[in-house]
Amino acid sequence: MKEKPMDSKKSNRRGFLRGGAAAAGLAAGVVQSVKGQVPVSPWREKGTNKEVIAYGERSRFVTSVRSPVAERDSPDAFGLMFHVLSPLQDSVGSITPSSLHYVATHRGSYVPEIDPKEHRLMIHGMVDRPLIFTLDELKRLPYVTRVHFLECIGNRSKPTHKTVQETHGMTSCSEWTGVLLSVLLKEAGVQSGASWIVAEGAEEIKGASSIPLGKAMDDCLVCYGQNGEPVRPQQGFPLRLIVPGFEGIYQTKYLRRIKVVDRYYMTYNDYGHINPDPKVSALGNQIGPKSVITYPSGGQKLSGPGFYEISGLAWSGAGAIRKVEVSTDGGKSWKDAELRTPAYPMAHTRFGFHWKWDGKECELQSRCTDELGTVQPTRAEAAKYFNKPLDSNFRVPGADNTVQPWRVASDGSVHNGLA
Amino acid sequence: MGSLKLLPIVMILGICSHIGLAQAPTYGLGRTPNAEEIRAWDISISPTGKELPPGRGTAKEGEQLFRQKGCAGCHGATGIGARAPALVKGGPPAEPGKAPPAGMEGMHMVPDTGIMALRSPYAVTIWDYINRGMPLNREGTLKPDEVYALTAFLLYKNEVIKEDEIMDAQTLPKVSMPNRNGFANLPEWKHRAPRLAGYP
Repeated sequence: MKEKPMDSKKSNRRGFLRGGAAAAGLAAGVVQSVKGQVPVSPWREKGTNKEVIAYGERSRFVTSVRSPVAERDSPDAFGLMFHVLSPLQDSVGSITPSSLHYVATHRGSYVPEIDPKEHRLMIHGMVDRPLIFTLDELKRLPYVTRVHFLECIGNRSKPTHKTVQETHGMTSCSEWTGVLLSVLLKEAGVQSGASWIVAEGAEEIKGASSIPLGKAMDDCLVCYGQNGEPVRPQQGFPLRLIVPGFEGIYQTKYLRRIKVVDRYYMTYNDYGHINPDPKVSALGNQIGPKSVITYPSGGQKLSGPGFYEISGLAWSGAGAIRKVEVSTDGGKSWKDAELRTPAYPMAHTRFGFHWKWDGKECELQSRCTDELGTVQPTRAEAAKYFNKPLDSNFRVPGADNTVQPWRVASDGSVHNGLA
Repeated sequence: MGSLKLLPIVMILGICSHIGLAQAPTYGLGRTPNAEEIRAWDISISPTGKELPPGRGTAKEGEQLFRQKGCAGCHGATGIGARAPALVKGGPPAEPGKAPPAGMEGMHMVPDTGIMALRSPYAVTIWDYINRGMPLNREGTLKPDEVYALTAFLLYKNEVIKEDEIMDAQTLPKVSMPNRNGFANLPEWKHRAPRLAGYP
């Protein structure tokens, strides 16, 4: 990755960070006594020792969990899982733990139990040689490992949302491992005249989406690995198609079939996503540059004036993140944040920003620029573009990638700036 | 059909295998499915309807099936007003400016404008969805005749076709859908290109 070599500037920043953190610790009175560093108890949960040795668990003091979207419960009246939000406010780094990865299903879905030995992927349609692969055969092929975010098009901040989990929790990022779809399509031999593929899952609804053949040949992945282990069942075990930078709905779980075709197939998934307005239509499919501050964010509380490291995530469906800026005065002035993780294409990129809070009310914002130079817009800019009045009713057309404001009150409490 | 024109030359020169090289498999993994396997798995239906199976159905037959197959249990006896999405128009008009719930933008959950038989540009999409996704927990159990009949029923109840129109592989793709021309062209995707040039 393109990381800057260590320079004097960076070491100066480190020095500042150390000093700042120590000062903050002293100010808040959180320096622990020796007694405070003794474990609460040795780990002696009866009956679980074998399991804990076999498969590790997080500390019982770590309680960060996912939650269903407010609009529809999961499980719902039919027992279906709909949309489940990732707790971004607790996130660090750029990788989402698989257990906390957001889940979204189109109409609501059950998580199917699939025996990987029985699972097959068929590639057919406008190809010279239709092919069926077992999982073992796919694993024999050359693979790639890439970091990519996923995001649901429904991931939009509303004034009623309190936390970043509610405003932005339908995005997550994983390290995915699998075979480039282009490898499989070349093995099958795509015929001239083909222009789309239809990818289909093996779950009860057999969810299917039309994907441009150009994208399929460019960077799509047929994944069996996620974050160092097999793809989790809620994420599509044993096979998931990753369509980097595209809306979540294209990331076909339980992938069982790819049909090469000569037109958009207008599946159930597809038809919900088309739009009368060409501009709104263009804002679908590929996710725009987007960022959000995860700390401090809605529902959190600053313990008092002093040093804080503002932290957040930035991503773009068009490529890598080049720059993130932070404003602590409601968007009047902007300063560059530091990228704290490698800026992979179509991946969450963590940013950090040193900040000394003076204890006064203020508004925090972040905005990012991707490798194409496209800048994340504010709601005001989006409203102006679409010639709509900017009020709380304004709904950003297409996938909403606008700047998220967090309002810090003088008591240190943090609130959704849209409220 | 340039490749067909080339064929005699290729045969004369006897380099079939070389011509095929660019398209030849590199790894030779996977096996060739037989026609029956492809037929059994391939449930995709093009807007042209070319994959539609033989069969037929009418709205009257569909009305009976709507009760027999349990559709009415979730969608309501009249196809509206129950806990599953409305299938028949007659609900409250969509409120302009009112945001649909997260993830349901432009979806079937939106009153009337989101009803599949009214929103979808192709009747085939309804057939495809019923065939692959309904009834809940018994997906894939409906026979082609039943899917044609249920599709006809929904189209008739939304005043898209007449009650006695027979839906089959020939008539269904030709149904004139009210929203056939209601959508913008799909955006063309290009490698590393912005979504909408000029958007802030």
